[in-house]
Amino acid sequence: MSGRLLAQKFVVISLGIALLATSGASFYKSRRLKEPVVLGPGVTTVRPLSTWFAPLRGTANDCNVYFLDGRTPGATMLVLGGSHPEEPAGRLVTWILAENAIVQKGRLIVVLSTNRSATTVTRLGGAYPPDFSIPTDFGSRTFRMGDRFTNPLDQWPDPEVYFHYPSGQQLAYVDIRNVNRVWPGRANGTLTEQTAYALMEMIKREKVDIELDLHEAELQYPVISTIVTHQRGQDMATLVSMTLTDSEFKIGTEFSPRTLHGLSHREIGDFSPAVSLLAETPEPFLDATRGITSREQLLTGRDEFVVKAGQHGLLFEKIDEKGWPIAVRVGRHTSTLLQIAETWGEDHPDKLLVISGVPRYKEVIANGVGHYLHDPAKAAGRVVYE
Amino acid sequence: MSVVTLLYYALVAFISALLVVNLLKSRKWERDVLYVLVLLPFLLRLLRLK
Repeated sequence: MSGRLLAQKFVVISLGIALLATSGASFYKSRRLKEPVVLGPGVTTVRPLSTWFAPLRGTANDCNVYFLDGRTPGATMLVLGGSHPEEPAGRLVTWILAENAIVQKGRLIVVLSTNRSATTVTRLGGAYPPDFSIPTDFGSRTFRMGDRFTNPLDQWPDPEVYFHYPSGQQLAYVDIRNVNRVWPGRANGTLTEQTAYALMEMIKREKVDIELDLHEAELQYPVISTIVTHQRGQDMATLVSMTLTDSEFKIGTEFSPRTLHGLSHREIGDFSPAVSLLAETPEPFLDATRGITSREQLLTGRDEFVVKAGQHGLLFEKIDEKGWPIAVRVGRHTSTLLQIAETWGEDHPDKLLVISGVPRYKEVIANGVGHYLHDPAKAAGRVVYE
Repeated sequence: MSVVTLLYYALVAFISALLVVNLLKSRKWERDVLYVLVLLPFLLRLLRLK
């Protein structure tokens, strides 16, 4: 090999190693970024999900489960954030609950990273940012961006065809890694199926009365700005959406199709006594016609290309130059959650759920999401990590 | 780790080795760059980084 050829190889291989090191470091950091949770005054215990299904112990999906026990007994509500981590409003709401909520009557169970593995990866080929930061009163807090699907490093390979268990319904192959397509889960299934199974075990053993799964949707998707409900929650969800539409913001109600399987609003209601609900807010970041897939777009929800799609009548939700800021999306979810608790109480006066310390829609918009996140540096002994 | 996953990683390692051999054999810098770029995702997967 001539000297010139050796020099050529040296330069190209060095360039390759530099690219490998920088991209590898970014992926490594993204997968392992620690997300602190400052335990609020209402948190009574934090247990790993493997408490209810031991085989999950030590896996990426052995997430934390936060219990906020009330001063007096009442209804138990489970709130799931991070079923789809690329829909950050839901996760941020669960953070606000863990750091601020106080339960007067009843019990709140909160999961911040329902599919924790999916928080450690971004959409392959999607050019997603690895993380995003929320400005707070003391600086900022950074969160993993995440994806819709379990990290392929934790669950692989995908099947050619995915048959949902136990219905046998055929779904998209990639949905074998989508926790909201594998309910009620399977004890000897994939990591994602085992995660849903563990959550189902918890729902049954902890006697959950109401389950709320927090999501976001692209504006080109018809199920948006709505509450999707199991048939046993139809009256409550309809009353909640009517009350919110009258007093705070427009929100609809959708009834969970009885023959569409794998989704939380269908299977949790079918396989447990809990009333299962799912809430959707608009997230332009998910739209296929979006422009630059940036942190700014994620948090402001502003995108001229999505606005253009709206002008052509291609969207199921309105959007203008103001976009859909994260505070608006988080506020919609907090008000929906609080309204569900209030409406439940009207029907179950002997089994109330009374929550305080959680901001409603207008408060979140006025103060910003970060106002409700606390400084981990000033909370020694009260910090856990997601 | 399942047998299928182990086989998958063995396949990734084998293809990575082929790419490295071809990289060392090639004489054109354009091909060198191409081999390095193709090799990157294989190495990232082999190292379980992405």
